[in-house]
Amino acid sequence: MTGKPAVLTSVEIEEITAEMSHYADKAAVSIEALKIVQKYRRWVSDECLVAVAELLGISPAQLEGVATFYNLIYRQPVGRSVIHYCNSVSCWMLGAEQVRERLCRHLNVEPGEMSADGEYTVLPIVCLGACDHAPVVLVGGQLRLDVTDDTVDEMLGR
Amino acid sequence: MATIEIDGVQYQVEAGESLLPVCLALGFDLTYFCWHPALGSVGACRQCAVIHYHDPEDQKGRLVMACMTPVADGMRLSIEAEQAREFRRDNIELLMINHPHDCPVCEEGGECHLQDMTLMSGHTTRRYRGRKRTHKNQYLGPFINHEMNRCIACYRCVRFYGDYAGGKDLQVFGMHNNVYFGRFEDGVLENEFSGNLVEVCPTGVFTDRTFSAHYARKWDLQTAPSVCAHCGLGCNTAPGERYGELRRVINRYNGEVNGYFLCDRGRFGYGFVNSPDRILKPRMHDRMDITPEAAQQQLCDWLADRAIGIGSPRASLEANFALRSRVGEENFFLGLGDNEQSLLEAIVEILRHGGIRSPSLREVEQADAVLILGEDVTHSAPRLALSLRQSVRNAAFERARSLNIAPWLDKPVREQQIDHRSPLFIASVCATRLDDAAADTYRGSPEDIARLGFAIAHDLDPGAPEPAGLNDDARALAVAIADCLRQARRPLVVAGTASASHAVIEAAYNVAKALPAKDRQLTFTVPECNSLGLAMMGGRRLRQAFEAVRDAGRVIILENDLYRRAPAWEVDAFLQAAGRVAVIDCLSSKTAEKAALLLPAATFAETDGTLVNNEGRAQRYFQVYPAPEPVRGSWQWLSAGMDNLSFDALTAACAEAFPALTAITQAAPGAGFTVDGMKIPRQPRRYSGRTAMEAHINISEPQRPVDPETPFTFSMEGAAADVPAALEPIIWAPGWNSNQAVNKFQDGIGGHLRGGDYGIRLIEASGALDWFNAIPDAFKPVKSQWRIILLPHIFGSEELSLRSPPLAERSPSPLAMLNPSDASALAVQAGDSVEISCFSGGPIVVLPVSIEPSLPAGLLGITAGRQETQRFRQSEPATLKKALGEVPS
Repeated sequence: MTGKPAVLTSVEIEEITAEMSHYADKAAVSIEALKIVQKYRRWVSDECLVAVAELLGISPAQLEGVATFYNLIYRQPVGRSVIHYCNSVSCWMLGAEQVRERLCRHLNVEPGEMSADGEYTVLPIVCLGACDHAPVVLVGGQLRLDVTDDTVDEMLGR
Repeated sequence: MATIEIDGVQYQVEAGESLLPVCLALGFDLTYFCWHPALGSVGACRQCAVIHYHDPEDQKGRLVMACMTPVADGMRLSIEAEQAREFRRDNIELLMINHPHDCPVCEEGGECHLQDMTLMSGHTTRRYRGRKRTHKNQYLGPFINHEMNRCIACYRCVRFYGDYAGGKDLQVFGMHNNVYFGRFEDGVLENEFSGNLVEVCPTGVFTDRTFSAHYARKWDLQTAPSVCAHCGLGCNTAPGERYGELRRVINRYNGEVNGYFLCDRGRFGYGFVNSPDRILKPRMHDRMDITPEAAQQQLCDWLADRAIGIGSPRASLEANFALRSRVGEENFFLGLGDNEQSLLEAIVEILRHGGIRSPSLREVEQADAVLILGEDVTHSAPRLALSLRQSVRNAAFERARSLNIAPWLDKPVREQQIDHRSPLFIASVCATRLDDAAADTYRGSPEDIARLGFAIAHDLDPGAPEPAGLNDDARALAVAIADCLRQARRPLVVAGTASASHAVIEAAYNVAKALPAKDRQLTFTVPECNSLGLAMMGGRRLRQAFEAVRDAGRVIILENDLYRRAPAWEVDAFLQAAGRVAVIDCLSSKTAEKAALLLPAATFAETDGTLVNNEGRAQRYFQVYPAPEPVRGSWQWLSAGMDNLSFDALTAACAEAFPALTAITQAAPGAGFTVDGMKIPRQPRRYSGRTAMEAHINISEPQRPVDPETPFTFSMEGAAADVPAALEPIIWAPGWNSNQAVNKFQDGIGGHLRGGDYGIRLIEASGALDWFNAIPDAFKPVKSQWRIILLPHIFGSEELSLRSPPLAERSPSPLAMLNPSDASALAVQAGDSVEISCFSGGPIVVLPVSIEPSLPAGLLGITAGRQETQRFRQSEPATLKKALGEVPS
């Protein structure tokens, strides 16, 4: 905070500071702070993580522990839309593999990668809480139920 | 008490305890990973499963994790039931899925808890044939290797490093089957207790990097009980030797002192023993080698020729006593800085006659309110800082008790710690490494710290003198601290020699004396391994030696670099006037360079001696391996001619000469001690290569060196069982090859060693002293003038460890610390240099500046104990000027 070029925008700092007022312990804001940064930047870079840690008065390692625990915090650049396909038990039994294959083939990526046009990133996730509608996919924050090859095609506009 | 039944046999055990340590204490071999006696239970690894039967009729029972199960009366359990054995076997197979098959090249091999547990559980065949997850390792600094592929994710490392030791830079990243224990990025592990990861990690993720440089298997190391030489706390160590080289130092459990943990200075500071700077041959002034016999004769002649002797706080009682005996009481000078000597004398007086208990480190951990006056304990007595950090947890334990949460349930108790912390107050010159654990801090000059202490004492007991003119902030803080201390049942006051202030030590005594609690305690840090022992022995001052030299024939200097004790020009003048100076020491030094007769002294690893720690505990360090000819223990050089006294006879003579030291003969058994008529072997039974290790010199196996001075032999033969736990050179039990075998040697897990902990306390509280009433005036900065404050550093200020390359790598370059307002008045910024001229004269010293906002204006903080900063005396005034041009390196 002293003389260094600001990494976080004043809006981000303001929103994180506002969250802090809800808790006795600044470290409690860790997840919210990471979500705020991600809201504006789609992912959390090393520089941002260090800046947030400083703002919260914790070590970068402590914040990184939180960031890497949650699979909805992205520590690498992601596409404009992130596709999480569930590969947990129910979805796996009802065709998660097929969904993954079709997604990856259409976008020409492996899980974890971003499509060449920067539009999509495909990531696995363990359970989206809709097992009765397996297989399930989360696209840009929207839950898609009972996913079939057609749903995938339609989702990707093919 | 509770009666429980394990596999059909009944046992009387403590109700409410965790079942795992209870089983271990009963001698069962029950497997575990995440549990550690100092870290408590979290139930993470699922490895300590046993069967718990519901009632006497229950045939099936259910699996419970022993570490998470409180012992209750009437419990019926099975460790041996097939379902429990199968569960433990299968669990370890899963934990081992990603573990590499690299035991032969892993440095943990042969003392690996994971190996031990794997074998114990019966998982002896690897079935997994899939790909293993792999990780990139990090550079963690000169002390620790990182090999993440070996990790079984027990979480002990982060629980020790973060929860126990307060480190912030080692964390766990990721989740489920892909977790990584490391730093945010490559870099030195910052915490001063990082070396304990080597022993806390159940496998080879964290290993000793200094040991890697000259590695040997545990079973090939020769070891003897030893005591750390690098500060005044006297932590117990187990140094290991191979091929005449000291290879490593590990923790040796002492239930009263260091428990399971050492600081990094103690663990990694041993390299000086193998240093190329060692003095290995006797020499005469023109650097001419002479025979040991001639050197011995010369020394005896000199000792008889109106010699004066200068002792040392880093030499044993025996070595100091031998010198004192040879030159006579009136010619014996302690070899301490004059101020340091009077501080130590004041401390001895308070400990012996002040009527307040000097606690062991275990007792420090039990304190429920602590006041530190004038010390940055992490730097002046590092292991004490780790104990003080634990004391803060006592309020959480208390709170947990009221909520019926067992104290060993680690996570719930730590949750209580957020809102319930036992108060720790730190009054120091500037920010300390323990501040994060403190309830409140105060910054001031030593005088102001003392005044705060006097004010607290006065608030506690109006009979104590009151400082005049205390400002409102300090007064309010004093009242708040006094309130906390008044309510405490086991309050503790900490002070020491690092502040170099009599007033601070006296204020600490006043506070302790004013405390209403019966179990009040007072502990003082002292700088060197035998500072307290030397002060208890007593002797004249160095300045008096400087005066006495005119009448003396010879000067005999014992293990001491006088340039660390007094200004260079005074030492120069002294050595010049002395003319013929004999130095007995292990390492080259500026003093040794000027010796007309130089005698090579054995280090702590190569001879025997008794040290007295800050608590007043006498402890013996035993020779680990024979010193290379003609190196000898200082006591041996000095006692030759005293009818060639044995070590035991010398200890006894010392005990007899000083009533305060009478008990030192009981610190450890003498040479006559045997177990079933046999001496204790220093080498493990598996010690390999004995018949071959000197075959390049002589194909015949040489006779083993004889050790007439101790109960130990330089051999693998000797007493195999019934060795007193405190004398066990190697902690090993069948099936337990790692240091965790110490479970088998304790009276209750984490308790005292069976048969008693090491060492003997020489001082018990008695009497009472009057209030000290020499209250100093408040510090007032004088324009254009600074007061020098010497600040010790864990990796920079201790003479011997600084000669160990890995430690030297961690030592900061000496700095001049300034308050930001002072820096701007001088127009200097961090990185600039200042010329420091002391009022006492002497050469101008140029040091780089660091800006320290917590340092009060008018004070100049300077790294203590470095060659560049030796000329500075605590509290002396100096002027500063911005230095122009390059910083001299």
